[in-house]
Amino acid sequence: MLVSKFVPGEANSVAIAFFLVFVGVALGISWWAARRTRTTEHYYAAGHSVTGFQNGLALAGDYMSAASFLGIAGLVALKGFDGLIYSIGFLVGWPIVLFLIAEPLRNLGKYTFADAVAYRLKQAPVRLAAAVGTLSVATFYLIAQMVGAGTLINLIFGIDYALSVVIVGVVMLTLLLLGGMIATTWVQIVKAVLLIGGATAMAFFVLGKFGYNPLNLFDTASKENGAKVLAPGSLVSGHWDAISLGLALMFGTAGLPHILMRFYTVPNAKAARQSVNWATLFIGFFYLLTFVLGFGAMTLVGQGPIGDIDKGGNAAALLLAEDVAGSPFFGFIAAVAFATILAVVAGLVLSGAASLSHDVWVNVIRHGEADEGEQLRVARLATLVMGALAIVLGIALQGQNVAFMVGLAFAIAASANFPALLMSIFWRRFTTWGAVSSIVVGAVSALVLIYISPTIQVDVLGHEDALFPLTNPALVSMPLAFGIGILVSLLWPEPAAQAKFIEQERRIHLGDVAPSPRAGLPARAR
Amino acid sequence: MAIRTRETDHPVLDYEPERPGLAPRRVEETDDAALEAVAAKRWRMALALTGAMLVVYFGFILLIAFAKGFMADRITDGLSVGMALGVVVILATWVLTWTYVRWANSVYEPEIERLRRR
Repeated sequence: MLVSKFVPGEANSVAIAFFLVFVGVALGISWWAARRTRTTEHYYAAGHSVTGFQNGLALAGDYMSAASFLGIAGLVALKGFDGLIYSIGFLVGWPIVLFLIAEPLRNLGKYTFADAVAYRLKQAPVRLAAAVGTLSVATFYLIAQMVGAGTLINLIFGIDYALSVVIVGVVMLTLLLLGGMIATTWVQIVKAVLLIGGATAMAFFVLGKFGYNPLNLFDTASKENGAKVLAPGSLVSGHWDAISLGLALMFGTAGLPHILMRFYTVPNAKAARQSVNWATLFIGFFYLLTFVLGFGAMTLVGQGPIGDIDKGGNAAALLLAEDVAGSPFFGFIAAVAFATILAVVAGLVLSGAASLSHDVWVNVIRHGEADEGEQLRVARLATLVMGALAIVLGIALQGQNVAFMVGLAFAIAASANFPALLMSIFWRRFTTWGAVSSIVVGAVSALVLIYISPTIQVDVLGHEDALFPLTNPALVSMPLAFGIGILVSLLWPEPAAQAKFIEQERRIHLGDVAPSPRAGLPARAR
Repeated sequence: MAIRTRETDHPVLDYEPERPGLAPRRVEETDDAALEAVAAKRWRMALALTGAMLVVYFGFILLIAFAKGFMADRITDGLSVGMALGVVVILATWVLTWTYVRWANSVYEPEIERLRRR
């Protein structure tokens, strides 16, 4: 086992050079995109001009956050097979997005997923509820990313934690305020290519030490660290815990606002479909690589050194990079990790800002009467607010468990956003108050159940036991959100919403241009 | 169906374009029926594939929860049943996604195109 040259908190000149190059590229993209961002259509949806392949890469870029790159590699390095449960869980949500959500969402909405939920329902109540769902998911996910960013930059470059968070925040805000979704999309594409390329190269180097046979690697890992590393262990302790976590991971993806928003950047439903196909391919390939990277770090770096630098194992991929290909490659991977955080944070802030300005300001407060100039000004102001919030929370919540925050975000997304979106798209008798109650009950029950779960009561507050036995609430909160939505809709029917269902069906399948003699162009009724 | 759309207060839906030289067309019913047929077909496909994904993934999760010993068994040196099944789940994700995209592009899309042209 090699002694790593990587010293946490000491700047690596190659890493700094790559980091500066990437920031330069990101700013260049922003400057280029700024000239193309003239309307809210550009700012939020990149003018609907992104191709299916490009959006597939951008979706992959948006999804492969620091939590999945550094976090899962570290989890596999420290826990073996248990870490793979997460990588597989993060992937299986994508077919669900494709089969149930992507195409209808693309055709029904404009900028936010609330557009689709509210399509045939009363605008104000549904949009306000959806804003609660969006903002709570985006905020928890943002906290996770910002805390991860501060820790990582502090670790790699030795810059003070708070200053690291501010740097990420300022670069992200510059990117967004100048170039909006166009700049975000291209940063995500660049990042996805760098991340997949870097991880592939690293896996190649690792396998080179084991005769290019992954089984040799896994065998060595199990001989050195015990057979348990290839088997399910303690991470998922109870039976119901495993199922609840599985539900949250699978359906959470279909409720993440920054992922859903990306479907508006493509020109039509067919491109939306192709983009999920590509995204699933890239993300699946990347998670297959995490098998090799995680076990590679376990054997080549060793569990001891990984755990010494960071208890959660977040440094595993970085240490492995230095171990297999030296300090320049370490610098490259460190810069890729930074790019990863920047791209995901930008996407999250933009989705939160879209909810604040498009849903709350334009459609609820101004009843859809705001002109283009006002909309764009409010959009940028909302971006600034979300960005500032991200920086403040990132600094205030230093030391929070990143994986826990991500789990929370997935649980709320699966309980608050996904059920209402699904029922609004497919169920004729769904009503305004069915949607509102489903979103509110989903969000509140997820939050309350997490608060009374062992994660908070035992791990954080140090109590003996917890009221609610599961560490993840999805097994209860998701059926609850579906149940209350169905119950309220059946008890208080809304004939107007039912009558518009056929028009919604037209729109879902035929898109916004439906030159049927009857339907004409089903523009939004205002 | 046609009657239902008639009842909406939607201004655009009640708009009937001029068709000079032709008798007023009475296609609403067939249009709506055809659309609902395609919608139902896509819905069935989406549900079937979602069901397949659920079976594959929760099969994997239930084995982790209830058959830890089986998952720890070795198929060969360096490969446990659990890891092999993990790879199978990833491959199944790809296959199901690809199946849907292929179906949608070759069956669903042409039918939608026909409806659009009507």
